[in-house]
Amino acid sequence: MNIHEYQTKDLLKHYGVPVPPGRVVHTDAQAATVAEEIGGSRWVVKAQIHSGGRGKAGGVRVGNSIDEVRVIADEIIGTNLVTHQTGAEGRLVRRVLVEQASNIVREYYVGLIIDRATRRITLVASAEGGVEIEVVAKQTPERIIREIIDPAVGLLDFQCRKVAYKVGLKGALLPQAVKVMKGLYRCMRDNDAIMAEINPLAIVDNGQLLALDAKMTFDDNALYRRPTISELRDFDEEDPKEVEATGHGLNYIALDGDVGCIVNGAGLAMATMDAITLHGGRPANFLDVGGGATPEKVANAFRIVLQDPAVKIILINIFAGINRCDWIATGIIQAMRDQNIQMPIIVRLAGTNVEEGRTILSTSKFPFIIASNLNDAAAKAVTEVNNIVQKVVPLKKEHS
Amino acid sequence: MSVLLNKDSRVIFQGFTGQHATFHAEEAMKIGTKVVGGVTPGKGGTQHLGLPVFDTVEEAVQATGADVSGIFAPPPFAADAIMEAIDAGIKTIVVIADGIPVQDMVRVERYRLGTNSIIIGPNTPGIITPGVGKVGIMPSHIYSPGRIGIVSRSGTLNYEAVAQMSDLGLGQSSSIGIGGDPVNGTDFATVLKAFEDDPDTDAVLMIGEIGGPQEVEAARWAKKNMRKPLIGYVAGLSAPPGRRMGHAGAIISSESDTATAKIDMMEALGMFVVRNPADIGATVLRAIKS
Repeated sequence: MNIHEYQTKDLLKHYGVPVPPGRVVHTDAQAATVAEEIGGSRWVVKAQIHSGGRGKAGGVRVGNSIDEVRVIADEIIGTNLVTHQTGAEGRLVRRVLVEQASNIVREYYVGLIIDRATRRITLVASAEGGVEIEVVAKQTPERIIREIIDPAVGLLDFQCRKVAYKVGLKGALLPQAVKVMKGLYRCMRDNDAIMAEINPLAIVDNGQLLALDAKMTFDDNALYRRPTISELRDFDEEDPKEVEATGHGLNYIALDGDVGCIVNGAGLAMATMDAITLHGGRPANFLDVGGGATPEKVANAFRIVLQDPAVKIILINIFAGINRCDWIATGIIQAMRDQNIQMPIIVRLAGTNVEEGRTILSTSKFPFIIASNLNDAAAKAVTEVNNIVQKVVPLKKEHS
Repeated sequence: MSVLLNKDSRVIFQGFTGQHATFHAEEAMKIGTKVVGGVTPGKGGTQHLGLPVFDTVEEAVQATGADVSGIFAPPPFAADAIMEAIDAGIKTIVVIADGIPVQDMVRVERYRLGTNSIIIGPNTPGIITPGVGKVGIMPSHIYSPGRIGIVSRSGTLNYEAVAQMSDLGLGQSSSIGIGGDPVNGTDFATVLKAFEDDPDTDAVLMIGEIGGPQEVEAARWAKKNMRKPLIGYVAGLSAPPGRRMGHAGAIISSESDTATAKIDMMEALGMFVVRNPADIGATVLRAIKS
């Protein structure tokens, strides 16, 4: 789960990480009031959406007077901000963070990740602040400093000093850097985050270190024990179909193709998408119905896949282990009947109770296209979708 | 395979009297797995499925000589159950739970250091050695004894591969799911080593997916140390970056995480690679004939 920048900064403040004075607001009038309250002569107005690249997209701007802050806030709030992460449709800005602007002397990167190779939380730092760390890692990997953290003792002062020295945070900055790194680590550990980064961590003109931007991602599997973090979830930032799917115990991710997919198991779901792609088709979604799928769950899967207007056909690929093909087939029939589905449905069933499942489908009144294996299923799906597309194209031409 | 689950393995289940553990313990016993009891705190001294129930793993090990444990505790309690099994000296610990907090697994892996325990999973269908037994939730009827070792991150994709192999008359020595989580107990390379040392295995199929460095690390290890043919597939060719594809660990965070990058590296390191998931069985057959 992701949270907004202002929420991350609120959290970090509690762990002793210095952040600029500021507050989140929902209107231009509030923006002006907050600018006045926090004081100073320059302010930054920052769009609060769950996306990187806000600055380049015009979502982070500086105001040199209270009036300018008001005008900028008015312009940003209510726009659809298009960044390299939002897709072409962009993301509606509902609130902005108004902060005192800082005079930056130098920028650094400090982050924590869970390193999959060492199975440890790892502190990552670089003197190349303000740039995406992936870019630094690719272009100048020698400029990235890493320190692996032993969970039994946590991040130690000397480890912070080692990292700080290597990126060039020396003298009076050293104790400040230790405080920031340890605060970030404690915040990550105590709240079950899986990623935390300050980018940039800046030296400002009074010689202080300040976290100018920060981002944290939390472990969905640990939210049950982090109620205060759960409350920070912003459903407006998530795909409503994905939220609904989660509510039904389904795992759904929207993609941009036209072949709807209903599969059991994440690996098989990905492989099914791959097979469709290799046959020249485009999957509309990833959907894992999970183990022990009841007929109701299957029917819900249809409902969610069909909310995507781009879907032209549906491919169902089930290899039942703890699932049962007869339950899946019953769910398919239920969906066909209750949701009045007219598009072609390709079904591949294998595993537990496969004969019962096939019988349920073949004795129904619906014209299912039965596939014998994964390859057959993908080939039939792509043939069907191509037939539909070819029929539609000349029609469009006649009308234009 | 002799290392992880063989005819001498003595199996217990933690969370034994729960609905899932009961069902899968019975299934395991039906195919000959030597189940010797189970643990459910608070139910020690009773009998379940005709076997003794203990309050602690330590007691169960002392009374039954168990060396393999299938953990069916739900995610919030799984880390504690794993560490209890490590503490009791269990050698092979199979963790079925899907949804264990990742920092719990970081702590578990630290706790495991210096012990002889091997953790399979979490978020795994488990281990099956056809003809000998299983600890897990996979449908045993699709597997058949043979000489191909399988190691995979995904469960159902493992079944898919087995079905394709069965159509070509290929059976399995063992099939091991290492699980779909970002921090897991045993990585691909460790299992490859076990298969390389196993006299019952002729070739190994490794089924990976997007996210993490494991597949390429294993391929590097294999190039140096493995003589048996190694076949690899990586799911998620069409997965978008930055999205978790069902499994907590299946996410493209960098260029090296993509299916194409991994497959290309595996091919460059001399492995037999499968690009189309429908060709898994055929590629295994081609590899053992070469």
